[in-house]
Amino acid sequence: MSGFLKDEGALVRLAFTLAVLAACWLSRDAGAQPLDIVLWALVGAVALAWLCGTALAVAARIGLLLGQGALLFFVGAELAGNQQGGEGMAFWAAMLSVWLSAWALVSGVASLPRGIKGVGLIAPLIFGATILWAWEAAVHALEVPRVILPAPSEIGQRLISETDTLWIDLVQTFGRGALAGFVIGCGAAFLFALVVDRYPFLRRGLLPVGNFLAALPIIGTAPIFVMWFGFDWPSKAAVVVAMVFFPMLVNTVQGLASTDKMQRDLMHTYSASWWQTLLTLRLPAAMPFVFNGLKICATLALIGAIVAEFFGSPTYGMGFRISTEVGRLQLSMVWAEIAVAALLGSAFYGVWALLERRVTFWHPSQRGR
Amino acid sequence: MSRSIPVLTVVAVLIGLWYLAVIPMNAKWEYDQAARNDRELAFGEMVALTMNQERPVLPAPHQVLIGLYEQTVGCDAVGRRMCRETTPLTVQGFGQRVVESVSSNRSLIYHGLITLNATLLGFLIGTGGGILLAVAIVYNRATDASVMPWAIASQTIPIIALAPMIIVVLNSIGVAGLVPKAIIAAYLSFFPVVVGMVKGLRAPDAMQLDLMKTYSAGGRDVFLKLRLPMSMPFLFASLKIGIASALVGTIVGELPVQRGGLGVRLLSGSYYGQTIQIWAALFAAAILAASLVGIVGAIERRVLKRMGMAA
Repeated sequence: MSGFLKDEGALVRLAFTLAVLAACWLSRDAGAQPLDIVLWALVGAVALAWLCGTALAVAARIGLLLGQGALLFFVGAELAGNQQGGEGMAFWAAMLSVWLSAWALVSGVASLPRGIKGVGLIAPLIFGATILWAWEAAVHALEVPRVILPAPSEIGQRLISETDTLWIDLVQTFGRGALAGFVIGCGAAFLFALVVDRYPFLRRGLLPVGNFLAALPIIGTAPIFVMWFGFDWPSKAAVVVAMVFFPMLVNTVQGLASTDKMQRDLMHTYSASWWQTLLTLRLPAAMPFVFNGLKICATLALIGAIVAEFFGSPTYGMGFRISTEVGRLQLSMVWAEIAVAALLGSAFYGVWALLERRVTFWHPSQRGR
Repeated sequence: MSRSIPVLTVVAVLIGLWYLAVIPMNAKWEYDQAARNDRELAFGEMVALTMNQERPVLPAPHQVLIGLYEQTVGCDAVGRRMCRETTPLTVQGFGQRVVESVSSNRSLIYHGLITLNATLLGFLIGTGGGILLAVAIVYNRATDASVMPWAIASQTIPIIALAPMIIVVLNSIGVAGLVPKAIIAAYLSFFPVVVGMVKGLRAPDAMQLDLMKTYSAGGRDVFLKLRLPMSMPFLFASLKIGIASALVGTIVGELPVQRGGLGVRLLSGSYYGQTIQIWAALFAAAILAASLVGIVGAIERRVLKRMGMAA
């Protein structure tokens, strides 16, 4: 028995079964919600979950998991989409069953052999979808006021209907403020790093100072830059420059110093000039560090541009929209803006991660994928 | 000694550059002022004037230091009466001023403490939650597969954009003050801790795990005697990032509902063009951040030394 309980998948399946039984039992007298067909689908999902043991062939397990996923999708859509108001206990038991069933599904997917393509993506996607679904269903069932938490469907509608506004904000905040600041800040830091690297005295002095400054809340310079450069994008770009400069500088300087003595000696025996050493040995060797800096700065740039707009901006921009729509209690618009910012942040980071894989393909951390 | 000379030189050069920048930044106002009074302004005179403007475009370093003093234990913070009573400043008078300053809403100590409270509360919640989730991720494959990718992805998105909404929504349902800001600080310090701690708990290699197995150590012993100690360097690295981001989160969280805190000082300074106030608040925030990171660093050194892992 203890061996059985140690298997966490079995525990989840057990809880799932109990939740479905509770849903069935509670819905005897509660009336309409949830429908009989939903309950039957849940029972079916329980059966599939129990069938899907590790002893089966991989193909059979994938088939069972797909079946369970389809049933789960149907039940979830029914529960979230067809509410008549005043949901009873049976509804919540069904909600709980779906959640546990999603958990069982994820642990089923996670216990598949690792070689199968796409498995690594499916589990987080199921988890994300379950969160969104639980959010949607709970907001409707509990009749949460829109000024506290809008449903994901409402946010989705905003994303579609307000595309123009969102695009204008995106161009202002990312295209002008964040990108300009990122290019200027990282570019200047990179060039300055080359200078710092030539003079060991500067390197010993600037690295600790740079490390120290990188830990400070530089975002607080935003009101100062807004006062100097006005409300439009240059002040946002300036904040971004201040935020990204030192992380980038520290990373590049460390990267340029990362070659070992043997390699530099070899270049010396070739009688390579400083420029030749830089271009053929030290810059390539610095690339993993440079890209690490660029990835950190990509995140910081968007944060800096958005937060700087909280201190003053023209009547468009993502930070402006977030702070004014919060004031007007139009929370679905705020969430839409946040969704755009999240996608944008990941995409901008992803671009640098992809480039890194291209440029530093030789580095141990990039090999063997 | 050989390490501090370059650092001190760099700091001195930075301060020198700052002083140089003050002159052109503030010169226009002095020239305008002189032209209005039909007066010629000699260069030396102009330079002297730019160093001590009341509302400079860029305050000189000594002005920021004076501002910091005035707004912590100086007359601006403690009020005229207290100031007069304690004016030949004795140790006792200084103590009185500090006590007064803690409760005066014109003082950076008062606002700094508000920010510090929210930061620490949020940091504790975020760190505790982060460590728990990291343990769940390491010991549970389903959590690992489903949650870990989101924890990593969350590092690339500007979650701080959520801050104004959390503050306003919680305020509208009657939760105000410390808690909303602490929530923001918590979620900003949460994800770095999760990612770092997962890395740390997974740091023991197969050999070490095998050794524990040959001792027939139970799951609890493996966790307490191998995984947890091995994770400490990773944990402290994340804690330093986490506490710095918690402070940033608190400051941004103070912007929408203005009831005290360093963020409010920044914002109100920018509303009323009080540049010295902004710079003083900025330096107060920087000092706070540096001390918090420094304290975590000091604890790290002691802990690692006790555990025999000092670098």
